[in-house]
Parts: sequence; C-alpha cells; structure tokens
Amino acid sequence: MIEQKRGDEFVVVSNGMLGYGFREESLRDAVAAGVDLIACDAGSSDPGPYYLGTGKPFVGDAMILRDLRLMVQAGADAGVPLIIGSAGGAGGDGQVDHLLTLLGRVMEELGLDRKVAVLRSELDRGTVRAAVEEGRVRMFETGAELTVEDVDAAAHIVAQVGPESYFRALAGKPDILVVGRAWDVSNIAALPLMQGRDRGLALHMGKILECGSLAARPTGGGDLILGRLRDDHFIVEPTHPEKACTEASVSAHTFYEKSDPVMLAGPGGSVDLRRTRFDQIDPRRIRVSGSAFREAERYTVKLEGARLAGHRALTVGGARDPAFIRSIDTIQEAVRDKIRETQEGFIDPSQYSITFHRYGLDGVMGAWEPNRQAAHELGILIDVVAETPEIAEAVCGLARSTILHVPFEGRRATAGNIAFPFSPAEIPAGPVYEFNIYHLMEIDEPESFGRLEWLQ
Amino acid sequence: MKTLGELAEVIRSKNAGPFIVTFDILFETEEVFEAVRSAGLLSRQAVCGLYGVSDNELLGFDFYPFARAVKFSLRRPVGSGGPRDADVYGAQQHAPLLDLAVLP
Repeated sequence: MIEQKRGDEFVVVSNGMLGYGFREESLRDAVAAGVDLIACDAGSSDPGPYYLGTGKPFVGDAMILRDLRLMVQAGADAGVPLIIGSAGGAGGDGQVDHLLTLLGRVMEELGLDRKVAVLRSELDRGTVRAAVEEGRVRMFETGAELTVEDVDAAAHIVAQVGPESYFRALAGKPDILVVGRAWDVSNIAALPLMQGRDRGLALHMGKILECGSLAARPTGGGDLILGRLRDDHFIVEPTHPEKACTEASVSAHTFYEKSDPVMLAGPGGSVDLRRTRFDQIDPRRIRVSGSAFREAERYTVKLEGARLAGHRALTVGGARDPAFIRSIDTIQEAVRDKIRETQEGFIDPSQYSITFHRYGLDGVMGAWEPNRQAAHELGILIDVVAETPEIAEAVCGLARSTILHVPFEGRRATAGNIAFPFSPAEIPAGPVYEFNIYHLMEIDEPESFGRLEWLQ
Repeated sequence: MKTLGELAEVIRSKNAGPFIVTFDILFETEEVFEAVRSAGLLSRQAVCGLYGVSDNELLGFDFYPFARAVKFSLRRPVGSGGPRDADVYGAQQHAPLLDLAVLP
C-alpha cells in the first residue's frame, strides 16, 4: 500500500534499468498514490566498453519495449514527465536514435502523441581535443593524463551530464525527456532541483533510487522504488508489497559501486554524508536526513571514451593430467615462444596478445589470487586479441595446436595435452574495445551543455 | 577464531567505474562490527597480504559505523572489459576475504 502524495513533497518513482522489468502493479499503484516524475536509468558502463565502442545496446528491444509501454502510458495517465537517461546503454548518439525509434513505435501503438525532448551528450573529437589543449581535462581513475592521441583513437566519446544540463529541456515542459549519457542521479534530481529543492537531499535521493529496488530487501526480482523529497529529509520506500527498505538496505546501498561512501562526487560537487541519518519510520520505509551538498571549485563532467583494441579469437579446453597442471606456467611460455619462432617474418608479436585464463588455478582473480593450489583439472581459455580478425584466428589456431602437443616435464601422455570440447576449437569473437577515456572535463556553463532537440 | 565469512552479512566486490574495484563488508549488528573493529585483525596489512598488493595500492580502507561496514578499493590491473580482463563486473574478487580470521 503506497501512501497518498502530500502537497509539500516531490514524489518520484524510479526504474533502475530500462528493460530489466518491474511489476506492473508497482507503477500503477505509485501513479495512483500520486507522483511528480517517472525516472528511468537506461545505461551503465558496467557491461564494458564494447557497447560504447560499437553503439550496440546491451538490453534487447523486446525487453525495452515492454518497460517503455508501461512507463509512457503511466506518464500520460498521471500527466507527469518521464525522464530516461543514458539512452541505449552507453548514451551515444546512435544509441539515443535507437531508443527514439523504439519510443516512436510505443507512442504509435498506444495512440499517444507526446512532446519529446532529446538532450544529446556525445561529443565530437574536436571539442574534446580543444578541452585537452586548453588544460580543461583532468586525470581521474585511469592513472594517466588524457592525450590528443587518446581522443583521436576513441570510437565514441560521451559526457555524463549533470542535472543542471536538464534544466533547459525541462523548462520547455516535455512529456518525455530522453538524455544521452547521464550521471544516473540526474534523472531523479533534475526536476526537484529546478524547483529549488535542497541540493544535497535531492542528489542523495537520486543516488539511492537510481538502481531501483536494489536499495530494498529482498533484492531478488527487480522492481521500482519510490522517493518522497521534503524540506529537510526524504523518504525511501519500495513499490513492491513484499519488499522493505531497512536502515541496513539503504545505508548499504549508499556504499554500492562507489569508492568513497561518505563523499559522493558528481558534476558540480559532492554530497557529504558525514551527518546523514537513516531512520526507520515504519517496517518498510526509511527517512534520510542531514545529507549536505559541497560545491566544487569547478563544475566537471565525466568523459567516457572507448577505442578499438583489436579483434578476438578464443579457444577453450580442459587439462586433467597432473604433470601438465604442475607445469602450466612453463607450458604457456613455451607456447608463446613457439608461436613467435614459427611466425618470424610473418606475424610480429606486437600485432597480437595472448591471455591464458586458467580456471581452477587463478582464472577469476589473476595476480590477486592468494590461493595458488591448483584443482585436479584446469579449464584453459586462450584469448587472442590481434590487429585483424585473420591474425587473431591464425594465432589462436597456432596456440591451440601448440598447447595440444608441447612437451613438458614428466609427460607420459604423448598424444595430446588438452581436451577440446569443440570442433572447430577456435571461435572468432569479433571486435574488442577498451575504455581509453575516463577523465573529468571542466565546463563553464552546465545549463547550456549538451545538444537539445524537440520532436513532435 | 572466527572468520569474516562467519561474521559478516555481506562480503562483495564490484566495479566503481571501469578502473576501480570496490569491496564492501557489511555487518548485521553494531556489536559484531565493533568487535571486529577492536580486534584489529581486519586491517590494511591483512587486506594487502590477501591480495598481494602494497599499502599504497590499497585505496581508502576504512570502518564506517553508520553502515556497520568496512570498505576498501583496488585499482584494476586492466580496465573493465578490455583485453586481458578476467572479470568485467569485478563481482568475483571478494572470495579471499571469506576465510580471513578477524576475531581471535
């Protein structure tokens, strides 16, 4: 049962990921009780750089259409805006276009003609290059300064826009606002901030709600979450009747996916949680108060860029022979040496990399693995990334045949060292991208940042 | 002798952006949290030992009473989802913590 909206509060219902599904009644009940905004995150850098690099979505169309239909209809019924940020997954222009196509289909199906604003945040290389040259780009967590070469190598560059960049679009009163790459908090906080509500509380509420029901227990079965922003506190509650927000679930979520849990950094400053209180007001709801905004000296947006790192071919096999397992380190080196020797003059080692993932030894944790005791069998994934798909497949094939027959100390089984489950054993796996830009860019006028368009 | 696996409610790792993996250890009660904190066995040195990293590679190891939690982070050897990465989400790097003895 969701309580009726009070006159003095701003109520937002939030979907943590477009297309991951939610309970239909949850949205209906929230809207019936009164909401001011339906907010929806549609992206993340979590699935990796491939999606930014290629422009492909990481959620299937059918799943996106299902969530969109429900949210677009609910927005129309309630007469409140729907804001979707990080459209298409990584928020590049092509991904925004793809989402707009799906949105167009949904509006047609539902017979709705909604006023749609689009705020794009993909940046052309020239803009970022200029920022680098003017010294407006700061090192962040990559541990390296951004260079003009990095900018030129990137397939796509997007900026995570802050809530202030939404204001211009929201001033035009859109029914639906679709945003390119966005700081996930912006979708929830922009509208209340524009109405002059407390910045620290609005941003902190955004941070807690942006993953949907992940801030509630039990976590299984994703659903929506609801926030009520008032003058000096906000309330977090689940929309699912069997879920509950507890002190532990909400404060634990404050920790999730961030390295500093007491200063939540974002565009324009940080939310200081050192005086934040989480109070259980009833078995399902938490009141949060005391979160304060600390303005940064310069407003920054986070840049994300991905470049093509090469093309992948891989093979998977298993080893059961204890002598082979004992010698795995030297066997790998022998495989590398053999390929280098046989391909001299044809394929240079600088054109490819070979990674051995050794499941049963350190395949998951690599250098961080403290337990060096191998299991009785090893799964070996040989991952080759090379300049071209042809080189990747050639090197992968050589690695496969070499590891199959390479001699090692104590070998008794001379017919073959590895059990391959497949024929052919090599699998071409397409292009590989890497994040090569993850930096902060100073901007002077966040309110005019991004490219705004209106669709009819 | 009690291990983290026996005492903590949540022990997890996850990406905090593509270049950092962050670790959370959450306790159910203040009593257990305070007992672990005062025992001093869950420490920077212990974590560095478990992950084979030096002290300056360990980012922000701290106890947070408001959430009955301990948090630290590590810079990834390679960026998430790029060549040579083994854990795109960074969600399976927590396991060595389970067996860490934190109460005598």
